[in-house]
Amino acid sequence: MSETTIAVELQGVTKRFGDVVAVDDIDLTVADGEFFSLLGPSGCGKTTTLRMIAGLELPSQGSLSIHGEEMGLRPPNKRPVNTVFQSYALFPHMDVRTNIGFGLEMRKVDKDERSDLIDWAVSLVEMDGMEQRKPNQLSGGQQQRVALARALVNRPEVLLLDEPLGALDLKLRQQMQTELKNLQREVGITFIYVTHDQEEAVTMSDRIGVMHEGRLLQIDTPEAIYERPITRFVADFIGRTNFLEATVASGDEVVLTNGDRLRVPTSHPEGTAIAVTVRPERLTVHGRGQAPEGSHRLDGVVDSAVYLGNAVTYSVSVDWMHLEIRCPASLAGDRRSPGDDVTVSFDPDHTSVVIG
Amino acid sequence: MAAVTTPGLERQAERAESRRGFLLGLPSIIYLLVFFVIPLGVVIAYSFATRTRTGRTELNSWNLEAYRRLSEEVVRAVAFRSLWFAILTTVICLALAYPLAYFISTRRPTTRNLMLVGIMIPFWSNFLIRTYAWRLLLDSDGLFTQMASGMGLGDGRILFTSKAVILGLVYGYLPFMVLPLYASIERIDWSLVEGARDLYASGWESFRRVVWPLSRPGVIAGSILVFVPSFGAFVTPAILGGNKKGLMGSYIVDQFMDSRNGPLGASLSVVVLAVMLIGTLVYFRQGGRNL
Repeated sequence: MSETTIAVELQGVTKRFGDVVAVDDIDLTVADGEFFSLLGPSGCGKTTTLRMIAGLELPSQGSLSIHGEEMGLRPPNKRPVNTVFQSYALFPHMDVRTNIGFGLEMRKVDKDERSDLIDWAVSLVEMDGMEQRKPNQLSGGQQQRVALARALVNRPEVLLLDEPLGALDLKLRQQMQTELKNLQREVGITFIYVTHDQEEAVTMSDRIGVMHEGRLLQIDTPEAIYERPITRFVADFIGRTNFLEATVASGDEVVLTNGDRLRVPTSHPEGTAIAVTVRPERLTVHGRGQAPEGSHRLDGVVDSAVYLGNAVTYSVSVDWMHLEIRCPASLAGDRRSPGDDVTVSFDPDHTSVVIG
Repeated sequence: MAAVTTPGLERQAERAESRRGFLLGLPSIIYLLVFFVIPLGVVIAYSFATRTRTGRTELNSWNLEAYRRLSEEVVRAVAFRSLWFAILTTVICLALAYPLAYFISTRRPTTRNLMLVGIMIPFWSNFLIRTYAWRLLLDSDGLFTQMASGMGLGDGRILFTSKAVILGLVYGYLPFMVLPLYASIERIDWSLVEGARDLYASGWESFRRVVWPLSRPGVIAGSILVFVPSFGAFVTPAILGGNKKGLMGSYIVDQFMDSRNGPLGASLSVVVLAVMLIGTLVYFRQGGRNL
């Protein structure tokens, strides 16, 4: 991030509501033009973090700056950011055009320019012809577009989005995900996107920050978050996974519950209880004893096999645990049945050591 | 086997249902008929009747004499003074109640309920008694008078003046302004205000552009609830105004009691009713348009 400028920077930001610590000492840097997602379950502090950037909530402690400028106690109307609210917060007594033009009006942009900008925003979100409608005459998806246009029309330095697709049905949501991502590229504005939907975050983001109980657990690219989670929570929250309980033996070796040694690098000190996480699609099922050399092998018995159309998932019990395995249906030529003796194999390079 | 339904049976069942509803409503329907609709008819009939020299009302010769008298200087003065008092009371109530209602609706639920109960406490005692209590306070050696003089607010003796009447009206009707205002402000989605603030609106602008327009149903409802009874007020002007300044309410009572002019009293009543009716219609039109 040396070349790019920093859009938003949080240092040691904490937010307390009475005795409850909603956001616990987080550090975060979002680059200019980045699509950054804050991902976590409800109540993890992601929305509070977003609201602090917007100025709708003030940090109890810490520093928050936007484009190098400390925000301090600056009220929301004096910050170069705009928010797309989860509930959209469209003004019910104003039509679409007035809603979209509200920010410009407040900033006293002159009438002609305002009108041009509104036209631009209206066509950007494809709401042409509906400018005279009131919010209650619009569908959920349309309201969402208006909320987006109302924020984007101001050309904010940073756009904050609080689960903007949460109220939409699945199909519309997927469509809007693509549109949002394209839009962000088109306008080149920094997006900070709050969501609890891991798929949404993975699809759209340049980087993701995973939050849990007020803390930022990991900030990385979607791929790294998925393939190299560093805590159990992150591994579990993003997609399905298997945890093989283990203890650190040395800098590059861990011992599994069954005594197997596994060569995986770790920085945790010797004797630390950790887990090795392997995604279901990184595991392969073979006939007993037929697994290739060089991979790590575990013998087990098939508990169940579920056909999913494009894949088959197996649950295999090795002597101390169950493993979930996902094979592409095209490769499941010799399909296993419950009760079959099998050997499960995986490449230690495709695992990740997690704590917590 | 269950009975097969036919359109005829369905209609029969529907009719039975509506008959049951009617029977349940019957007591109140009779009550309203006897004590509201019929008296109202009598008042309207009186307003077209003739007053004999002895002050009796004759119902056999219909005319518009009572309505003609409404244009007389005396009557018009009374009507305009009442109108002025009612408007003044409404405006003062609105100015006092809005900040209060706003304050209450932004408290936590428990505090909110306590404050609402506080506002309704005066209703636990009789309006007449409370108005007489004001008379004590406003007496030349009453608490209010002494405090006003003590604070250097000039002569605190306002009893039997218009000021005392306005004071009494505002006191009496303030809760009717606070409650509907509270109800409509409390209903406003707070995220709309945050939305406005996020879109560069200052505190004042977000109030002016979002909170105020969205609380308008409450403003209108409260205004009607204060304006209508203030316009026809009788007790307050009688007790605190000493009836020196004639207002609609007392003027109408005077017509029936002292002047024994039933038709004029009735026509004045019809006018007051018409004003209230128009006010209510305006309210429903406005309230319906909003949201």
